[in-house]
Amino acid sequence: MIRAEGPDSLLVIIPAFNEVGAIGDVVRSVHRSMPAVPALVIDDCSLDDTIAAARAAGAEVLPLPHHLGLGGCVQAGYKLAYSLGFEYVIRVDGDGQHDARDIPRILDRLKTSGCEMVIGSRFVEQNGSHTGAVRSLGIRFFRLILRPILGKPVYDPTSGFVGVNRGALAVFSRSFPLEYPEIEALVVLQRRRFRFEEVPVKMLPRLTGRSTITARVSLYYMAHVLLGVFVNILKYDRRLRRAKAGPGGGAT
Amino acid sequence: MDRLLHVTTVLSILLLIMVLVSVRRAHIRVEYSLSWLLTGVAMLLLSRSRPVLDLITRWTGVPDTPLTLFLISGALFLVMFFRFSVIISHLRDDNVALAQRVAILEYHIHSLEHHEK
Repeated sequence: MIRAEGPDSLLVIIPAFNEVGAIGDVVRSVHRSMPAVPALVIDDCSLDDTIAAARAAGAEVLPLPHHLGLGGCVQAGYKLAYSLGFEYVIRVDGDGQHDARDIPRILDRLKTSGCEMVIGSRFVEQNGSHTGAVRSLGIRFFRLILRPILGKPVYDPTSGFVGVNRGALAVFSRSFPLEYPEIEALVVLQRRRFRFEEVPVKMLPRLTGRSTITARVSLYYMAHVLLGVFVNILKYDRRLRRAKAGPGGGAT
Repeated sequence: MDRLLHVTTVLSILLLIMVLVSVRRAHIRVEYSLSWLLTGVAMLLLSRSRPVLDLITRWTGVPDTPLTLFLISGALFLVMFFRFSVIISHLRDDNVALAQRVAILEYHIHSLEHHEK
């Protein structure tokens, strides 16, 4: 069983769905990079042998009883990490796109900056990371949208290579977007006056499978995320106004 | 016009029978059948009350009485679909939270079993 040890305990969570071809290598690369750190694979009810491959590579596995989608899957990991008392959690995707050698850099920035979230970004420095044309276009669009909302530029808002501290973990354990969570999660944190920073990382081509955000679903993705962003803004601004109105204002 | 009202009456009665049979067979819960029953009764009453329908047509400025019946029925169904979307959204949130809780509890149980061995 994984347990939080020490004041700077770190858990690496790896959401996975049908990643039998990649998950073993991902877990092993995490263990090579951070030998003393536990890796937790959250299996989103895979139809292949992802669970067995993850266990064989030395990971703990949290199997979900049915398919929840990426947001539900990641939140399950956050909830378990929070309940076990971990101070930091870093999410690494199960498809092999994230280079585990960047984990120490994200952890270091989390500890030294004191900010609640650190995003592994492929665009802070040009490092030859692999990004598809449609995704690049989407990222540029959301950069423009998020700049005034977040009050600072975010170069890689769709990155899933993310580290959070216990403050953000507490928030995400209670409230986390179910579909396409990365961008909405940023807004959720910002509305709570939490801070984020980006560190340069290298993204690799995925080892197996294909992205769920294909060209065909990208329009749905953009509409969904945009709506989610504005709903979160309205929701938190309303709470803020109520809180400012005092006890009679029904602060939550 | 009268034939259209008769057809609406028959459809309303069929809807009411179908909902009542479904409730009896426990295919639909009583609380979710109420809105269907109310819609069926409303359609039935309107299709049998030509003067009321004519009055609503004049009030709303709709050019045609059958169109009024169609619009009222459409509005009722839209409200119901919206209500069911709200219910489904709540169920989805509850379902996700429950699945996560089950997964975490199972994880703790397996860990304890492993620890005892």
